[in-house]
Amino acid sequence: MIADVLAGLTRIPGVRGVLIVSRDDGLVVADALMEGVDGAAIAALAASLAGRMRSVTMALGQPEPVMMHVAGAGGSLLAAPGRHGLLIVAVAAPDVNAGELRLGLLDAAGRAA
Amino acid sequence: MRALEAWVEEPLTTFLSESAARVTLLMTSSGQVVAQHGFTRALDVMSAAALGAGIMASTFELARVMGSRPLGAVVHHGSSVGVYLAAFETPRGRWLGLVVFGGETSLGLVQLFFARLAADLANAAPTAEPPRQVLAEDFEAELNSSLRALFGR
Repeated sequence: MIADVLAGLTRIPGVRGVLIVSRDDGLVVADALMEGVDGAAIAALAASLAGRMRSVTMALGQPEPVMMHVAGAGGSLLAAPGRHGLLIVAVAAPDVNAGELRLGLLDAAGRAA
Repeated sequence: MRALEAWVEEPLTTFLSESAARVTLLMTSSGQVVAQHGFTRALDVMSAAALGAGIMASTFELARVMGSRPLGAVVHHGSSVGVYLAAFETPRGRWLGLVVFGGETSLGLVQLFFARLAADLANAAPTAEPPRQVLAEDFEAELNSSLRALFGR
């Protein structure tokens, strides 16, 4: 099942890697990454960022975000909290179809584990 | 933060800032303290250093008995704090790091920035000093000097 999630997301053109991350620990549970992508660093930093976003929304009295999208000049990082304390993270090139990737991530977050 | 050698301070300060670790102890593989952050009593530092060095020595021996490569790190994860204990190579020989972290950070971040600390220390380390004989009359003075550097008294 995890392999299906990874395969489904990495098939989207422009996706450089997908990780399933333990949200509390920031450790990689499973990944499918292009060469040169530092999975451990992405996992740790994405989990930290997601945790801070969760803290912010809680402080605002809002529910937890269902999607985090950080866009930079060199690419994007998207993350969606899944079940069982997991976070689905995708690293993508600037020209990725963000809508398709977001839908895929939301679907994966509902399905993962 | 206190360090016996000045070149350790900058990499350790960066690590503390980035990892949000509560307590950090750098020591040689024999348990001699090189730098510390977060401890307030000398006795606690010496105990933690001795215990940490003992744990890593046990894991190295365990790996040897199992016929595997030395285990690089040990993690004790509690409900409120975690302890990350890892070995790394420097031009001064094998050193150990003991990091206590809480819920404000994560094991992944500690691992990530500890790897950078190890690399920074390896780059910053001056060339090894020639070994010198430790004379009995120097020992107490050197010990007191080290304790002053680590605890400021």
